[in-house]
Amino acid sequence: MQVPAQVEYERASSVEHALTLLARYGPGGRILAGGHSLIPMMKLRLAQPEVLIDINGISGLRYIERAAGELRIGALARHADLLASQAAGDHFAILHDAERVIADPVVRNWGTIGGSLCQADPSEDLSAAFAALKGSMIIHGPGGSREVSARAFHTGPYETVVGAAEMLTEIRLPIRPNCGSAYVKVARRAGDWPIGAAGVAVRLKGDLIADVGIGLTAVGAAHFVAAEAEEFLRGRVADEEAFAGAGEIAAEHCHPVTDQRGPAGYKRHLVRELTARMLRVAARRARGLDHVTPAP
Amino acid sequence: MKITITVNGTDHARVVEPRLLLIHFLRDELGLTGSHWGCDTSNCGACVVWLDETPVKSCTVLAVMADGRRVTTVEGLAAGKALDPVQEAFAACHGLQCGFCTPGMMMTARWLLDHNPDPTEEEVREAISGQVCRCTGYENIVRSVLRAAKLEGDEPDEQRLRAAPPQGGRAVHQGAGDVRR
Repeated sequence: MQVPAQVEYERASSVEHALTLLARYGPGGRILAGGHSLIPMMKLRLAQPEVLIDINGISGLRYIERAAGELRIGALARHADLLASQAAGDHFAILHDAERVIADPVVRNWGTIGGSLCQADPSEDLSAAFAALKGSMIIHGPGGSREVSARAFHTGPYETVVGAAEMLTEIRLPIRPNCGSAYVKVARRAGDWPIGAAGVAVRLKGDLIADVGIGLTAVGAAHFVAAEAEEFLRGRVADEEAFAGAGEIAAEHCHPVTDQRGPAGYKRHLVRELTARMLRVAARRARGLDHVTPAP
Repeated sequence: MKITITVNGTDHARVVEPRLLLIHFLRDELGLTGSHWGCDTSNCGACVVWLDETPVKSCTVLAVMADGRRVTTVEGLAAGKALDPVQEAFAACHGLQCGFCTPGMMMTARWLLDHNPDPTEEEVREAISGQVCRCTGYENIVRSVLRAAKLEGDEPDEQRLRAAPPQGGRAVHQGAGDVRR
């Protein structure tokens, strides 16, 4: 039986209230959203907060909306909300691709987008998707709010730039024309963490790749990004040769480790293959050719 | 801290430690042992209950998080003595052997059919993909859910046993805290 250590519990009624509570309790305070990462960590005593600050009552933090040329996702939006959001699917197919394979439907009902990001698991799916989309995160603190690039949000495994007195409140994704995106992950069984996964967002100008984002997860890619492969692709013709070349470069520059999910060499193989495949699907989507669901 | 949770339509007030999990609140505080405590890691789905309107894994929700909310467990599925069509179908199709996963499976199945009255086999398998059965190989569970959908589809609307979330619920003895784990 796994039992969390004793802990105090507070309910925040607003972002301001949550920040007040964070300031009052200092580093011993911890935001509790869906709890689907934090509570298991507490059971294993890997996390031992003194006070939980429950933000589930802040209804104003649960939204997915279009505003100012962006898709804006409240930190308390559930995974199921994102999967059900037509706005999200219309602009960013990658988000629905990813959400279909995050945990399972019941976990998605309660786990939150903000919670997943702040948990900062190195195998987390949306971190790679948001990195591919070049989104940004809004963080509120005692001195107001700040915006941080999705690619600068994570400082290491289980670590982010969110300070002890701050909280993540929103994710912003820029909506651009002529874009397509896709995500695929290979896992051992339904609902499991990935052995490897790749997400791609591409913007085309005619046949040329005007801009591209490639996110990788579970394979030791710095900030979840395949930066060298992106650099290789920019300005090239979006064809099979370019996709294969980018896959090679992405595989070369990531740092997977051998673990119970598979040997490092196999993970590199996945990166090579999945990156090329998702470039292909994303480019097709950018051209409005199809809306296929990527299958591993 | 003092919390009040409306379980199967009945308010239950208790003083609990914040670290108490919802599954233990239901089983040990209220004696509602229909929901099973399985893997304790939100993988197996034996503990699935509804929190307000959605199925959740109650081993990964603190009881204090459910304060002021409604919880529906497998005990709230039947309307009095009339079984829910999902329960009838699980019995008719032999959708269980040992029965450990069954309460969670049925709560998820009920939710699925409320939102998708005529699911495909693939949609049923997707819906229960976060729940583990070690006996049936899932075949009879999937068959049961599809049968329940058919049972409900064949009924005239006014006869549907379950038009709304359960009201009333059963009375529960206070302080039934001696349930063996």
